[in-house]
Amino acid sequence: MQDAAGAVVAFEHVTKRYAGAESPAVDDLTFTVRAGEICVLVGPSGSGKTTTMKMINRLIEPTGGRITIGGDDVMSLPAVELRRRIGYVIQQVGLFPHLTIGENVSVVPRLIGWKARRIAERVDELLDLVGLEPATFRERYPNELSGGERQRVGVARALAADPPVMLMDEPFGAVDPIRRDRLQNEFLRLQEKVRKTIVFVTHDVDEAIKMADRIAILARGGVLAQYDTPQAILASPASDFVERFVGADRGLKRLSLARVRDLTLIEPIVVHAGESASDVRRRLERTDEIGYALLLDEKERPLGWIDQHDLDGDGPIDPSAAVPGPTPVQAETTLRDALSVMLASSVQLGVVVDERDRVVGLISVDAISEALRTAPAT
Amino acid sequence: MNEGQPFIRWDWIIDNLDQIGRRLGEHVYMTLLAISIGFAISFALAMLIRSRPGLYGPIIGFSGILYAIPSVALFALLVPFTGLSVLSAEIALVSYTLVILIRNIVTGLEGVPPDVIEAAVGMGYTPSQRLWRVELPIALPVIVAGLRIATVTTIGLVTITTLIGAGGLGYLIVNTGIRRFFDTSTYTGVVLSVALAIAADLLLLALQRRLTPWARARAEA
Repeated sequence: MQDAAGAVVAFEHVTKRYAGAESPAVDDLTFTVRAGEICVLVGPSGSGKTTTMKMINRLIEPTGGRITIGGDDVMSLPAVELRRRIGYVIQQVGLFPHLTIGENVSVVPRLIGWKARRIAERVDELLDLVGLEPATFRERYPNELSGGERQRVGVARALAADPPVMLMDEPFGAVDPIRRDRLQNEFLRLQEKVRKTIVFVTHDVDEAIKMADRIAILARGGVLAQYDTPQAILASPASDFVERFVGADRGLKRLSLARVRDLTLIEPIVVHAGESASDVRRRLERTDEIGYALLLDEKERPLGWIDQHDLDGDGPIDPSAAVPGPTPVQAETTLRDALSVMLASSVQLGVVVDERDRVVGLISVDAISEALRTAPAT
Repeated sequence: MNEGQPFIRWDWIIDNLDQIGRRLGEHVYMTLLAISIGFAISFALAMLIRSRPGLYGPIIGFSGILYAIPSVALFALLVPFTGLSVLSAEIALVSYTLVILIRNIVTGLEGVPPDVIEAAVGMGYTPSQRLWRVELPIALPVIVAGLRIATVTTIGLVTITTLIGAGGLGYLIVNTGIRRFFDTSTYTGVVLSVALAIAADLLLLALQRRLTPWARARAEA
C-alpha cells in the first residue's frame, strides 16, 4: 500500500473570513506540507488551526487563495469526492455505533464501490496494522471497545481507501496521558510504514514537538508565525510570540525532541517468580549500581521491583513484595514523558518495553541529563 | 350484568367465531392503515423540520392540539364532512399518531452524536447517504419506541370508531355487547383488543431488537 504514499499539500495565500467578522479567521496562509511528512498545526485558541485543517477537505471553504493536493486544486472536485480521498480522524473518533468494527473500517471503500472481497481483505489488513486482532474485533460493536481501541479503529477507518493525505483533529486529546503516549508511539511506528502526508491539529506544544516533522505555529487571527522543524523552532523562535508560545522552559522542551531510543539502555537484573532469594541476592551484589531486581511475568512483562533488602533467606522470592514500578515507556517515548513517569515513581528508573510490553532495558535519570548535556546547544 | 346469564357464554363465542375473526381483522386493518399513513406524514414533517428547525414549534404545537381533542368529539366534528365511515375514523386515528411519531423521529435524529455526523461528513457521505445509512439507523430505537406508543394508543382508539360505524372490535364491545346487555360479546372485544395491543407492542419490540443488535452490545471486557 506504500504506492499511494503522501501527496504535497500546498496553501497559497489562503484566507477565511466569516461574514460579519471584523478580522479574518485565517489570514493569507502560504506554506507547503511535504509529501509523507507530519505537519502539526499548533496555536492558541482563535488561531484558526482547526479552520485551516478543515479547509483542506472543504468542511470549511476558504474565502480567498487556494489549496492544492498533489498539484490539484481542492475546488476542482465535488466536496464529497474530495473527502473520500482524504483520511479524517477526530478527537471523539465518531465511530458509527450501529456498525461493527469491520463495517466501520470499510465505510469509505464501500462509498467508492470496492468489491466485497477486496474490502474484507483490506479490513483485516488494517486491523492488523493498528494492532487489533481481526478475528477478535471485526464483529464487535464500538461500545464494546476501550477508548484506545476505538481511537485505533478511527485511524484504521481513515486509512481504509489508502488516501494520500490524512487530517487528524486532536486525535489523542481525549485519552489519558499514559495511553496518549502509547497511541502516539503506535501512530509514529505506523506512519513509518504508510508514509502519508498528515496534517495534525493540537493545542499541546509537547505533542507537536513529538509528532511533527514540521510545525506550523499559528497566532491569533490565523497568521502563520513560524513554520519549521521542531528543532529549528526550539533553537531559534522567529518572534517573541513563538518564544512565549513554545514556553519559557525551552531547555526542558528539548527533552521532547529526544526519544528513549536515543539513550543507551541499561541491562536490568531480571528475576521470575520461583527463583531463590539467595541466588538473586548474589546477582545483585555483583553489580552495586541499582540495588533492585526487576520481576517479570512469564511473558517477560514487568511486574515490579524487588528491593535487595527484602531478599531474606534462601527460599523462593516473594512476588507480592515487589514494589510496583513506573509506567513502562517505549522506544518512541520522548525523554520528557519518560522523565515525568520516572520522577513519579519511588524507584527512579524507567522500564523500556517493546510493542508487546516485553522488557528491553532500563533508563536512568542520569542518562537523560547526560543526553541533554551532550545534545547540540539550542 | 344480567341475572341468570353465565359469565361467559362459550357457545356464543364458538358460534360467532366468523364474526369475531372479521372484527379482529378490521381492527388490525384500521390500526395498520392509521399507523402507516401517520408514519408517512410524520416522517415527511420530520424531514421538513430537519431542514427548517424553526418549524418544529408550530408543527408540534398543531399536532399537540389535535392530540388534545377528545376522540368522541373529533369523530362528531368529522361526520358532517366525511360521513359515518372508515375515512372519518382514519382521519381521527391518523391525527392522534402525529404528535407522538413526529416527536420521536425528530428526537431520535437529534440524538445522533455530533462526532458521528462530523465523521460521516468528513469521510464523504452525501446528505442523503448520511440520513439513510447513518442518522436513521442510529435513531431507530427512538423511532420504534414512538411507533410502539402510537400503535398501542391507536388499537385502543379503534374500539371507539364503532360509534361512527367503522367496525372493529369496538363493534363487539358496543354494538353486540353494551347495547344488548350481552357481556360475553363485550368481554370478547375487550380481551381481544388488549391482547392485540400487547402482541403488537411485543412484535415491534422484537423487531427493534433484531434491527439494532448494536444497541444491546455492551462492554464485557
